[in-house]
Amino acid sequence: MKSAPSSLGAWLAMLFGGVYFLLPLLATLIFSLKMRREGYSFAAYQVVLNDVNFRQSFGYSTLVGLLTIVLGIVLVVPTAYWVRLKLPRWRPLIEFITLLPLVIPAIVIVFGYLRLYGSNAWLPLTGNARGTDLLLVCGYVTLALPYLYRAVDSGLGAMDVRSLTEAAQSLGAGWRSILWHVVFPNLRSAMLSGAFLTFAIVIGEFTVASLLARPAFGPYLQLIGANRAYEPAALAMIAFAITWAAMGLLQVVTRNHRALAPPSADSD
Amino acid sequence: MAFLEIEHLSKHFGRHTVVHDFNMQLQAGELVTLLGPSGCGKTTVLRMIAGFETPSGGSLRVGDQDMTRTPPQQRGIGMVFQSYALFPNMNAEQNIAFGLKMQKLAPAQIARRVADVVRLVELGGKEKHYPQQLSGGQRQRVALARALVVEPRMLLLDEPLSALDARIRRSLRDQIREIQRRLGLTTVFVTHDQEEALTLSDRIFVMNQGRVEQEGTPETLYTQPESEFVARFMGNYNLLDPRQSAALLGLEIVGHLAIRPEAIHVQQGAGALNGIIRQRQLLGNIVRYQVESAGVTLTVDRLNRNAGDLLPHGSPVCLLIDRADMREVR
Repeated sequence: MKSAPSSLGAWLAMLFGGVYFLLPLLATLIFSLKMRREGYSFAAYQVVLNDVNFRQSFGYSTLVGLLTIVLGIVLVVPTAYWVRLKLPRWRPLIEFITLLPLVIPAIVIVFGYLRLYGSNAWLPLTGNARGTDLLLVCGYVTLALPYLYRAVDSGLGAMDVRSLTEAAQSLGAGWRSILWHVVFPNLRSAMLSGAFLTFAIVIGEFTVASLLARPAFGPYLQLIGANRAYEPAALAMIAFAITWAAMGLLQVVTRNHRALAPPSADSD
Repeated sequence: MAFLEIEHLSKHFGRHTVVHDFNMQLQAGELVTLLGPSGCGKTTVLRMIAGFETPSGGSLRVGDQDMTRTPPQQRGIGMVFQSYALFPNMNAEQNIAFGLKMQKLAPAQIARRVADVVRLVELGGKEKHYPQQLSGGQRQRVALARALVVEPRMLLLDEPLSALDARIRRSLRDQIREIQRRLGLTTVFVTHDQEEALTLSDRIFVMNQGRVEQEGTPETLYTQPESEFVARFMGNYNLLDPRQSAALLGLEIVGHLAIRPEAIHVQQGAGALNGIIRQRQLLGNIVRYQVESAGVTLTVDRLNRNAGDLLPHGSPVCLLIDRADMREVR
């Protein structure tokens, strides 16, 4: 009967956590439905979804998010793989570097970009829209680095990188074949986790997009929030729905991946 | 001319030397075992043959080709790993076909060769199973098939049986030897298990602290160890230091005197060399006694013929040892 107090404590903690997280969300949901005085309605959602700027900014951020994921994976997977395989002693240093975006504010990165790639720089990327888009993607890859690197690195930790690489090498595979046929397929879950986290970061990001003057979803959210009452609440709910959908997809994909691996046979 | 010729091979990791002046000549179709305790450098030698480690010194030739610095994917050497190293995203058939796909063979040719090798390692019906769905023995047979299907010029086996239970280990060991003989495949086998080495090998290299302690056929190594280390590693030799040797047998020696447990005859009663049974262990077909004589404890093995032959604990016995079975080692 010793477990009763600890079980009660756990339930209380869960109740407190649930209220702490869900109450503001519930309040936002109710508020977003009260645009019309006569009662609850989806009017705020209709206004938001019919807004051209919403669709454009959301579409733009989605595209930038996808490009960020692709560039991030192309950069991070071979790096993390090489560090695990050939430079294990460098892992703490690489981990420290990948954590830097958590302690260096995004605004510092943007001002660095503006100084390095401004109109007077040797490579004036901010001088045109495509160049600034490229900077935005690079900035987002940097911001997503702590999450993407950790996801990929833990995925690599779960597989025997060295033996699999050596087995492939002994069968005549070169580095490109090893990455394409062995490393990437076995990192699918880890890459998807990193990709969804990256997407969630990109969709809500304000500082970099705003200071680079790009028409992203984050600045649009801020603009609506500053000028409207009910629409920001509807937008917040939509953003939550997107994030939850991403997390749900992650669960589905991970479960499907696990389903490929039934328990091992116990006899020869 | 030897098929594989290794001369003065060495490997350092920083200041630490793990392989010292390793030399080996391997004839085509021969199965050689590198035997030793963990950390003796046997796996490092194997990894240098495979090309996964670059030697710090020395040379390695296969046929008339210098392979010392050839990348592993260009060596044409198959390898089977202790951890199986099967690709988890591929089923057994895809794992086996991987090397053939790297060679860009036609799909029909790949299918035919995979089917042949599946038959060879007796994996029929398991082709579509993923590694996680296979038992340890089946996984290792997939790994063996994957290494064999590319028709390597040489096969390396890095403790392939260590992760398996005793029954499967024995059957797979016999299967490996049978396939190796049938294909006439030059093979280097690494193990720390002396029984495995004795049953499988044409020749054994016993390694200790990065050096070859002794090299020879299984029979030679077992019956004629040259050092205390080999005697201890190859069997349960009784090793007597000069003082014990003098006390027990009246022999003046410099190094150690090695006597195999089965070379000592023990019987009830009194004789020239008397002792007392201090311990008895039943090891199936063998009964192992610890006999104390002149302050020295000797291990004595006897065939377990029937229960009536068993000598009771504490009983006085006499020991008979042929001088030819006593071997002085360094």
